[in-house]
Order: sequence, then structure tokens, then C-alpha cells
Amino acid sequence: MSGAHAAPFVQPASFEFTPESLELARKHIAKYPQGRQQSAVMPILDIAQRQNGGWLPEAAIRVIGEMLNMPYIRVYEVASFYSMYNLAPVGRHFVQVCTTTPCWLRGSDQVMEACRQTLGVKNGQTTADGQFTLLEVECLGACVNAPMMQIGDDYYEDLDADSTKAILEDLKAGRAPAPGPRVERQFSAPEGGPTTLKETA
Amino acid sequence: MLADQDRIFTNLYGVHSPFLDGAKARGDWDGTAGFMANGADWIVTQVKESGLRGRGGAGFPTGLKMSFMPKESDGRPSYLVVNADEGEPGTCKDREIMRHDPHKLVEGCLLAGFAMRAVAAYIYIRGEFYREAENLQRAIDEAYEAGLIGENACGTGYRFDVYVHRGMGAYICGEETALIESLEGKKGQPRLKPPFPANMGVWGCPTTVSNVESIAVIPAILRRGATWFCGIGRPNNAGTKLFCISGHVNKPCTVEEAMSIPLRELIEKHCGGVRGGWDNLLAVIPGGSSVPVLPKHICDDVLMDFDALKAVQSGLGTAAVIVMDKSTDIVKAIARLSKFYMHESCGQCTPCREGTGWMWRVMERLVRGEAEVAEIDLLHEVTKQVEGHTICALGDAAAWPIQGLIRHFRPEVEARIAAYKNAQVQAA
Repeated sequence: MSGAHAAPFVQPASFEFTPESLELARKHIAKYPQGRQQSAVMPILDIAQRQNGGWLPEAAIRVIGEMLNMPYIRVYEVASFYSMYNLAPVGRHFVQVCTTTPCWLRGSDQVMEACRQTLGVKNGQTTADGQFTLLEVECLGACVNAPMMQIGDDYYEDLDADSTKAILEDLKAGRAPAPGPRVERQFSAPEGGPTTLKETA
Repeated sequence: MLADQDRIFTNLYGVHSPFLDGAKARGDWDGTAGFMANGADWIVTQVKESGLRGRGGAGFPTGLKMSFMPKESDGRPSYLVVNADEGEPGTCKDREIMRHDPHKLVEGCLLAGFAMRAVAAYIYIRGEFYREAENLQRAIDEAYEAGLIGENACGTGYRFDVYVHRGMGAYICGEETALIESLEGKKGQPRLKPPFPANMGVWGCPTTVSNVESIAVIPAILRRGATWFCGIGRPNNAGTKLFCISGHVNKPCTVEEAMSIPLRELIEKHCGGVRGGWDNLLAVIPGGSSVPVLPKHICDDVLMDFDALKAVQSGLGTAAVIVMDKSTDIVKAIARLSKFYMHESCGQCTPCREGTGWMWRVMERLVRGEAEVAEIDLLHEVTKQVEGHTICALGDAAAWPIQGLIRHFRPEVEARIAAYKNAQVQAA
């Protein structure tokens, strides 16, 4: 997510990996051949972002550069190229609504409207209490379960305005709504029951 | 309709365990060492004879691609890279393999990797598929634990590693050389070819990049025989295929069917038909957002395979079928795809970086009718200037949907321009 429209925020002066994060980072580095530790820059940026509450401060980018023996700018250009790195703070619940054609055909406009109403923010904004960030995104690859949104690491599928509101209200109330389809179906099987694999089902 | 016993992905809907116990019950990892004992060339020959064509969009023969890899190392190791960066709008098939049947992919990695003398497979999965990556990693961990991969894969003495590398949100990394750049820890910007990845891929080593579905069907091909696979679908369009049908159907779904199934049969048998009935159909994008849209009269009898869809100036692509009924604003539907390509252009080549934005802005005006009729031709001309003039196919992918719109729905675009002009005159 581009930080261009985000509210002003303070870059922390320093960043330090926790021992758990460091251990995880070492595991990722070990996946790649000797001398190719730069390949681990993407997973390690993700580790830093997760440790830091969902966004990547500049200080973390510097630390990672030193860790992988990469110039700062090489790490920064990776962090700014990929849309899942947040260079500015995001809410505790990061709500990403897919609006690409397959979702749009099945009502993603209503899902976005329900999000705006329930959260009281516009696309790209974070709620005043820092709990939710709303963002319209490109295809998330769950098109037969359209329209859908991703909140954190989970997909919520086959949505309409009411089910969208219910999910957000659950999160507001501190509950954990189950991910997956909001109509009667088994993952990507047709609604009401599969037309194939019935004997093995 | 394809019989259930001919289906490869028998846990497509996640009814059973995706993990090792469930996978073994479905027949995975059965006789794997025996296939390896037949030799690398035997596996490549079987894949060639099966007629398998790449499932990621381009449809290049998978066995032939495998045979491009060096048979003897010049000191550099070879790698298999699996393209699991599924992001083509409309496409969500590899997701089902990775979350519900990941051992098919892991076993496929070993067999394909062994056949191309690779030391390891890197599975590059799109970052948003976090839960899918978790299931896949668990399957890999199980396979190591059971000795199916690792130092002595399946007891054959062959060492083979499988790793997951998560992307972080960039459609362009589905392009094989951008994916390689990304795997090296860089921005995902495509490389000029040649050199081709089979000579110089990841870390300067021989590499083959293949789609998840292409790799995951290889164990089934070896187990049941190339003749079985080749016997499904029309000649040159062999096998079973995962289709994802989205949009205006009564029951959107992902389903494994025979290649060359008629589009209408696919929609009516598995999706409960078009919303409002077949006659309410306006158009279908048959192979993911990049391929040109088809109007109803072509959809009436077109077959879903590489050659049939190419013959009607579209393509099978990823077999992601996006259905639009007569309530659809077709100009807006295509304009939204133009916005997608503008967002996803990596910015490396000028025709794509500038062209995708330019085309989107014109498309937005066409949605409102706020344009001159001559601009339709100008837009078409610009799509031709982008197409074929960029390092990778993203430029082509941005151009084709617009070309399809103009080819089949020009009267609709012209009517909109006329209506807008009329409204302006009346308001004046």
C-alpha cells in the first residue's frame, strides 16, 4: 500500500528484531544457496512488518540491508515495489476489498459501500481509533467466490452488504468471524452441493 | 461429462484431509520411486506423449519445455520453479490445489524436478494466499518427515529439496522472468530473452518455470499412462483441466472437466446456467482477463480448448471463464480490466507504462460516451502500438481485452457516444 495518502506519522528512530523474528529470518536465509541471501529479502521484510504491527518503518529497512549485505536503496525498492508492504501504519484489521471485474460483476460496489458505512472511512483511510484500514485492491484470486475481501491473512467470500457488515461488526466487538464463504457451499464447489466428486464426498 | 474416476483433483473441494494421510488415501506418493527408477528421460517422454500443454496460460507443451534443460551439468545446479503467483483476474484454480491437494504438487515437483535433473524446486506463491502457503508448507514438512523428499527422496538416493517463496503482491511476478528476479530478491521486472531461463534462470542457473497445475498433474499422468491423459479432449488439446467459472452464472464454481468441453455445457452442467437463462447471456471472457471477450453467438457452440478459442481470436489462457449477462455494462467491465493492467504495469517499458494509463483514461471516457467516434480507431491503433512492443506480455494482455471489445461491441460504444452527444445538445 502506498503511503502517499496516509495521515502524518512518525518514523521510529530504530528497529530491532526479536529473537523469534531473527530465528525465523535465519530459516528463510537457509532456503537459498550460499551467497544468495538477498533472495530472503522479501520474507524478512514480511517478518519485520508483522513484528511491527503491520507496517515497515525505514529503520527496519536499514537493519535488513545490513543483515543481508544489501544497500538501503536495494531493500527500499523492493519494499516500495510490492503492494503488500505497508510503508505507513495501517489499522489492526486491514480490510482489503477486491473490486476487479469478476468481483465487480457480482457486487463489489455494495461490499465497498457497506465497508464505508460500517467503518465510517473512505478508501485508503484508517479509522480514528486505529482499528481498521479500508483499501480497494486488485484481484485476490478467489473469483468463483466473488465478491470477497481479505482481512489480515483471511479471505471472506460470497459477500453481500449484510454479510460484510456482520463481519465488520464482529471484529469491532472483538469477535473472530470465521473466514470462508457466506453462502451454503463447500469452498469453491457450486452453491447447494457439488456436481462432481459426489461419491467421494 | 468427465467421469469421476478420470478426475485428478479428487479433493478439489476440501472434503477430505489435504495432508499426507488423506493424500495417500487418494493414491498420491504411490510407486513414486518406481517412476524415478525408469529414469529422467522416461518421465520426460511420458509427459511429451501425454500431450500436456502448460496450464498457466501460454499452452506451451510441458514435456518439450522440460527437455530444454541441460542433461549434463556444467557445474551449475538446475532448478525447477513453480509459478503459483496466481493473479490473472478470474483465475483461482491453483489456490484449490495448494490448499486442498498440496501433495499432488509436492510429488509433481519431485518427479518433474528429477526429470530435469534439478536439485530443488522453489514454489513462488502469491503473498495474499497466506493460508494456502501454510497448507503447502505443512505438506512439504510432512514429505520431508516421511523421507519422500530431502536427502534420499523416496529411498532412491536422489537428493531433492522443495521450498516455498511467498510473493508480496505484484501481478507481474506471474511472468516467468519477473518471477525469477523476485526470487532473487529484486523488484519483479521482466528480463529480456534470450538468454532463456533453461540456459540462465534463477541465480544464473538453468531453470524451468512451470504452472502449479502443469506440475501437479504429472504424477497422475505417470500413474495412469500418457495414453489415458491423451485420450481426454481433442487432439493437441489433451487432458483434464480445472475451470473457474465466475460472474453472472447461478452457481459460480471451480470444476475439473475434460478439455474441449463445450462452453455452454460447462456453464449449464456445473454452474446452474447463466443468470436469467442462456438467452440472457451477453458475453464471456473465456480464459482470464487477458484474453479477448466473446459475444453470445460465438459462446453458443465454442469448445473450451487452446485451438478452438484461438480460432475465434481469443484464448484458453488459464481457463478462467468470466460470464456476463445482459445487465452488464460491457464497456465498464473492460475499462475495469484496463485499470487493473495500469495498476500492475511494472513500469519498465515505455509503451506499457504510458500506454496502460492512456488506454484506461480513454476507456473511462468511453464508459460515459464522452468521446469522438474517431477515438475508437485511435484507441485501437494505440493497443496495436503497445502489443508486441514490450519486454513481456503484460502489454499484450492490456491490449487484447480492448481489441476484443472494439471487435465485438463497437456498436455499443458508438451508441454511447451518440447518447452522450444527444444529452449535451438537449442540455444546451
